[in-house]
Amino acid sequence: MRLRWLTGAAMLALAACGQPERTGSASSSPAERVAFPGDPFPSTYKPYPGVTTLITNATIFDGEGGRVDGGSVLLADGKVVAVGTDVNAPADAVVIDGTGKFVTPGIIDIHSHLGDYPTPSVDAHSDGNEATDPVTAQVWAEHSVWPQDPGFARALTNGGVTTIQILPGSANLFGGRSVTVKNVYARTVQEMKFPGAPYGLKMACGENPKRVYGSRNQMPSTRMGNVAVNRATWQEAREYMAEWDKYADEGGDVPERDLQMDTLVGVLKGDILVHNHCYRADEMAVVLDMAEEFGYKVTSFQHAVEAYKIADLLKEHGTCASVWADWWGFKMESYDAIYENLPLLEAQGACATIHSDDQDGIQRLNQEVGKALGDGRRMGIDISDEQAWTWLSFNPATALGIAEQTGSLQPGKMADIVLWSGNPFSTYTRTEKVWIDGALLYDADDPTRRPVSDFELGQVGEGDVK
Amino acid sequence: MKRALLGAAALLLAVPAGAQTIAITGGTVAIGDGSQPIPNGTVILRDGRVIAAGSRVAVPAGARTIDATGKWVSPGLVVGLAPVGLVEVSGVEETDDTDPGKSPFSAAIDVASAINPRAQPLQVTRAEGYTRAIVGPVAGNSIFAGQGAIIDLGTDMDALMQARAFQYAELGQVGGRNVGGGRPGVFAYLRNALFEAEAYRRDQQALSPALRTGHDGFERQLTRLDAAALVAVVDGSVPLFVNVNRASDILTVLRFNQEFPAIRLVLVGAHEGWMVAPQIAAAGVPVITTALTDLPETFESLAATRSNVGRLRAAGVKVALRTTRNTAQEAGNLVALAQLPGATGLDWGAAFATITSAPAEIVGMGAEFGSLLPGRRADVVIWDGDPLEVQSGVEQVFIDGVEQSLDTHMSRLRDRYRQAQPGSLPKAYER
Repeated sequence: MRLRWLTGAAMLALAACGQPERTGSASSSPAERVAFPGDPFPSTYKPYPGVTTLITNATIFDGEGGRVDGGSVLLADGKVVAVGTDVNAPADAVVIDGTGKFVTPGIIDIHSHLGDYPTPSVDAHSDGNEATDPVTAQVWAEHSVWPQDPGFARALTNGGVTTIQILPGSANLFGGRSVTVKNVYARTVQEMKFPGAPYGLKMACGENPKRVYGSRNQMPSTRMGNVAVNRATWQEAREYMAEWDKYADEGGDVPERDLQMDTLVGVLKGDILVHNHCYRADEMAVVLDMAEEFGYKVTSFQHAVEAYKIADLLKEHGTCASVWADWWGFKMESYDAIYENLPLLEAQGACATIHSDDQDGIQRLNQEVGKALGDGRRMGIDISDEQAWTWLSFNPATALGIAEQTGSLQPGKMADIVLWSGNPFSTYTRTEKVWIDGALLYDADDPTRRPVSDFELGQVGEGDVK
Repeated sequence: MKRALLGAAALLLAVPAGAQTIAITGGTVAIGDGSQPIPNGTVILRDGRVIAAGSRVAVPAGARTIDATGKWVSPGLVVGLAPVGLVEVSGVEETDDTDPGKSPFSAAIDVASAINPRAQPLQVTRAEGYTRAIVGPVAGNSIFAGQGAIIDLGTDMDALMQARAFQYAELGQVGGRNVGGGRPGVFAYLRNALFEAEAYRRDQQALSPALRTGHDGFERQLTRLDAAALVAVVDGSVPLFVNVNRASDILTVLRFNQEFPAIRLVLVGAHEGWMVAPQIAAAGVPVITTALTDLPETFESLAATRSNVGRLRAAGVKVALRTTRNTAQEAGNLVALAQLPGATGLDWGAAFATITSAPAEIVGMGAEFGSLLPGRRADVVIWDGDPLEVQSGVEQVFIDGVEQSLDTHMSRLRDRYRQAQPGSLPKAYER
């Protein structure tokens, strides 16, 4: 897809997200080159107000592997202020007795299609796969997100999920850009977007792209076809980048703009993070070499059911594996899934995260990790509960490029916090309270702190405990 | 799995009785009948049956004793309704015997012919503590999916316990899509089929309108074999499982039952069942559903909530669970709901019954399996912890008193890849 760019019209930036907008006409001065706004759909998220709150005498998993027994957490002005056994709170702080309860960072689901495949799951809502071409790097998941998906409410109230990456589906080799959102209902997707979060690019290996396009007698119809189309596309992106870099350095005619290539250049420049749907170990290894060939990094493999077979390779490349606890055998490339994937990755020093890819699974990611922990311990891998929480918050935050802001209870970070009725890895535990940026957005004891999406308003079961 | 021969014959050969007697001692015993777990209990198995389970149970002299101190002992779990044994890889069509494809048959489909006791998913299901399953087909070009079976999940080749144990029908939007005409089309189709079954029962030689070749269109809906299979439904000798979710659909089905009062209904799904729970209870109709469905996936389930099971039970409905994906039990979540203001959950014993005795009773086999009451099949699982905790795991499984292998493709891969890198030979040599 090529857009003819007219010099002198509204300025668009090739610069990837986060970079300041540069304006000017195609002239000899680098400062005046044609550029494109890198962030045309900027976040308008604003934290909701909260009150200074002290949770006392709870068991705390800090999200980075630390644990405090009988500890306190102080949050104020939307931020974590202090965590420890000796925390002083201002006199006006609301005090919550956490005796017998657990406090953790909010869960971050690195793989969701909420909003893009919302409920009710009717055709009119099917907005997750632009399955009309194997390369659709120009589509952005946020342009499909329906902010009224009832699934956001369940992920918050039952799941304790505070941040979500919404990805395009896996029909295409290049599925498009992902978006990271705070799990706070809003009128627009911009009002949900996580401020400053980098974009992701969804890519896909294996059965899905070759099936979707092969069945149309179109390339790719094989795994080697997948790789060939990928490489041709990356080659094009490098040439496109060179063309624009030359223009940025030397001026001259303004190159044609290509929205698809813009996303890929964002990856090549390190501003957009690659999250690659890939099940099999051998295919992941091919992708890692391809990334090296074209000069980009694979931030995470998604699903990664065979990650345990190449834990050493993943560690070496600094690539995370986002996995299910126990989905297996539903297609050939998931036939070698094992329950111990997460603990095996952890034990061998690779970065691991849980993920849901599912509107039901997102409501119990803590239990999914509980299963994996139990299975790991049975094979002799003794990972502590607090270490396992890294799979639910800090590791996904790292892979999403937002670990400076959230994902653990470090003072100064966003107060994205869950109070659990007991150990969150137990089936018998429920979420009691969830704060996002210090705002109390779910309280099991207070029906006015339970979100009801527009869709559910006036319907049977509205406002029920779901 | 048939072990009946061992009884009398073995005694005549003077095999010591103790050879078939197993005593599992010291564990927390869950009976599965809705009662609460019993600390430090004993379970006695002999000749493939449960002799006794509970506290203050004496260990017979000569019994093989298994020390379950610190562990839990329960009946094997029962798969509420799933295609276990019918599918190897669901995404690989040729390995999926639930795919109706272009088959001209519907109610006549009998899954018993397809059960593969060596199917890998069956091995995995057993390794998770399940010992019996209600196995159902999937509807294609009809409201009827066909006849399901009851199987055991043992390692031997004799899985089938009861063939043609129930008929399965889609009476909501899926049925409407399959046969056209939406819900009105579904009920016209259903009535027609049941009339044909009655006609077939009266005179098996008669060529009724639905079976006649011609341009009336009926022939495409129901073959002679389909009508024959439905005789067992209209005379009530097997239950009719109907998948409906919307509250109004449930009431429609209950009213329909009055037209054919001999039909024994079982509701499947019933995600809005809590809204009409008293009517379901009054009709004496049991429900097989999921524990955690709480989203308006369809316009049939707008009022779905995790409290559905608890509210149905509170109204007096018998409820069994099926799982949403794979096999990990979800019943423990119902116990947790009890602490949540506004929600309705179950106590431990009732929650455990939804995955043990309740499904067995719904298919009329409560006297055979699903609990550790005396006389039941010796299907026993020893767990390393509370079986309703997701972190707990299975240590030993007995089916009909026979200890089962827990090896699976998955467990073997786990053992091979304890370390990712190969040793002195490629991984293919490690086993």
